[in-house]
Amino acid sequence: MNKSWWKVLCVVLLVYAVTAGLNVFNAPAFEVPRLNILNESIRNLYFHVSMWFSMMILFIISVVHAVRYLRTNNLRYDILSRQYAVIGIVFGILGYATGMIWASYTWADPNNPAAASFTAIAKEPKLIGAGIALLIYAAYLVLRDSISDIDKKARISAVYNIFAFAFLFPSIWIIPRLLESLHPGGQGNPALNPRDVDARMRLVFYPAVIGWTLLGVWIATLKVRLQFLKHKALLNDTNRH
Amino acid sequence: MKKNILLFTLLLMTLLATAQEEGGAEMADALRANGKIYVVVAVILTIFAGIILYLIRLDRKITKLEKQS
Repeated sequence: MNKSWWKVLCVVLLVYAVTAGLNVFNAPAFEVPRLNILNESIRNLYFHVSMWFSMMILFIISVVHAVRYLRTNNLRYDILSRQYAVIGIVFGILGYATGMIWASYTWADPNNPAAASFTAIAKEPKLIGAGIALLIYAAYLVLRDSISDIDKKARISAVYNIFAFAFLFPSIWIIPRLLESLHPGGQGNPALNPRDVDARMRLVFYPAVIGWTLLGVWIATLKVRLQFLKHKALLNDTNRH
Repeated sequence: MKKNILLFTLLLMTLLATAQEEGGAEMADALRANGKIYVVVAVILTIFAGIILYLIRLDRKITKLEKQS
């Protein structure tokens, strides 16, 4: 294993997120606000919200590599850009799945079972926005694999990656804030707002975000290294450009 | 004076009401008291350890491949 200090940090932070996040130490520092409806499920902040933060960070890394590819025509950046986008999508899907579970116990219509209150949930601008954003990124993978010419594939998908990243802003940052929603955090920045998140919860939340993001980066680097090995001949061919 | 007393009582009542609201929400106090939360954390950590061990193995294998070629 190479450069493993941040991998150790990743494991340490995530173990901390799970133990302190569920307050096994029974310490007052890891107590959470007592709120009705949310109850102990407020601790999902360390896991569900971290997924979306990590997804955003991974998509930023992906778009940076896409721009670098367009500037240099180096296929290494294309591989990096693609692998970070995939792991970003995985975190997005996990965020969606965990949100589904959490919502069905909190803000989904309490008079109906989770399945029956689907009509109300389906109208949520946050869910629709995040869904559109993830589908646009899924189309990035479809687009890539439909082009057989390597340079054309890299160029077109880098340009599309920038578009997909730009579309994250209206779909997950702007529109959900303009429309009414049952999902918490509609005003301002969810989880970053000081009035929104209890100071004690930040003690676990920020390390958790860093830990989950590092886990995503770790998985992405493994896939990148495998791709570098696979396309070794191609990447080392200096006569191509 | 009467008005002030009334105001004070009302204020106290609202204070009590908010205090009740804060302390009233059901939390996993009993769960933590009898220690059962440790079981859940142990399960999560086991799954997490499995994933991390898998990642470390994968990492080692790729490093080996990189050294070979």
